Amino acid sequence: MRGALAGAAFAVALALVCVAALADEDSIRLRDGSGRDLTAARCAICHSVDYIPANAPVMNRSGWQKAIQKMRDKFGAPITDEEAQQILDYLAGSYAGKP
Amino acid sequence: MPTRRDLLLAAGGGVLLGSATRRALADDTGAGAEELGALPGKKPLIRRAWRPPNYETPLADLVPAFTANDAFFVRYHLSVIPQIDVDTWRLKVGGVGAQKPLVLTLQDLKHDFKRVTLAAVNQCSGNRRGLFSPRVPGVQWGNGAMGNAEWSGVRLREVLERAGVAAAAVEVVFNGADAPVLPSTPDFLKSIPIERALDENTLIAFEMNGHPLPHWNGAPARLVVAGWTGTYWVKHLTEIRVDTAPFDGFWVKGAYRIPTGAFPGARFKTQETPETTPITEILVNSLITSHVSGAQLKHGGRVELAGKAWDGGAGIAAVEISTDGRQSWQPAELGRDLGRFAWREFRHRLDTSRPGALVVAVRARSRDGAMQPEKLTPNPAGYHHNIVQTVTLEVG
Repeated sequence: MRGALAGAAFAVALALVCVAALADEDSIRLRDGSGRDLTAARCAICHSVDYIPANAPVMNRSGWQKAIQKMRDKFGAPITDEEAQQILDYLAGSYAGKP
Repeated sequence: MPTRRDLLLAAGGGVLLGSATRRALADDTGAGAEELGALPGKKPLIRRAWRPPNYETPLADLVPAFTANDAFFVRYHLSVIPQIDVDTWRLKVGGVGAQKPLVLTLQDLKHDFKRVTLAAVNQCSGNRRGLFSPRVPGVQWGNGAMGNAEWSGVRLREVLERAGVAAAAVEVVFNGADAPVLPSTPDFLKSIPIERALDENTLIAFEMNGHPLPHWNGAPARLVVAGWTGTYWVKHLTEIRVDTAPFDGFWVKGAYRIPTGAFPGARFKTQETPETTPITEILVNSLITSHVSGAQLKHGGRVELAGKAWDGGAGIAAVEISTDGRQSWQPAELGRDLGRFAWREFRHRLDTSRPGALVVAVRARSRDGAMQPEKLTPNPAGYHHNIVQTVTLEVG
């Protein structure tokens, strides 16, 4: 189902999702670090950022690179090359718990 | 169909969650604290992710023969989850392989077809992913991305027959009302082979345990593919398409796949490649629901181990218990047979005559001879975790 979310309605829905998400997912706090706000902003367009700490034990730099690439290629995440690099540096620095 | 306003409200509603309860729970693997949270209409469940909502059933709620609707696990891929008005909801049945396309209301479904009820386990393909070693990425599910329910609805076969299935049909594709946030994200559509679509145990269900489907479990109607993993049980059904070529969508071609030949189970041949193939049937499995590792047992006390065993529809032949490091196995007592797609309860009296650690292993065998394995079969997405479960209890 996606036809109903076209055009202006889509933009409004996206805004509502974001507002509601911020209001209700407040309890999730990502670690401080350069790139945190950009990471939170891009990832939270589609999903809550608790997916990040939940997967941290499994992830290293290469794992996060693949994950970001998958989000861009398979799921159409609107992330530029430059942003992807900043997000990768943040995640690899703060959430790479794979031994 | 949901109105635009419904969709907008739901876009918020999908994440306007009920009050969260926080409680630290140590799980079997020591994987860390678990947080409970309640979606509207649900009791507090283990929150694996806020949005899209992924909530797991706690062990205590897997004890009853049927899993309560408000305790049943919740699994979504996409964050826009509309509240559907059942009066305006329509189910489109068509596609190039359907000779007489239909549009059905919920009343049509209820009155024009034979009502059937089927007890079946709904288990997420990734159930127990969080118990994989080495660990793999994805929602870190424990044991509770599963449940057993009585599903009532109509046979998909009858609906398809009314729509006139062409001889050339190869797959049937299902779409639900849940949608991605971004138009660039693949919508969640799934297909099944035409033979499975025409199987008498594939239903369009509108009730669960005698009540209308809960919103978070697919209201007003969802697919039930008894014996197959939950990924095929498309929720909030809106469209059914009979196709004469293999479906080309991301959620079949690019997700929910296992290495070809690595696991037993039905084959989805029109989607198979030399490297990977879609996951299909649930593998034989069991779960101890009476005890977790670390539980203290009274020395000399009367203690009964209990749990559930299930598979993809052959039915459970036996459950066996070992308390001597898997040297010998004793048969557990099986409970009532609720149907071959349902889980089967098992019970076994434990010997508490010796103080100290009591290591209990449980394995189930299905009627087709399949047995739970000792070792995990690694696969990138962490599916089919069905190895023999062991708990370490303390008699003292």
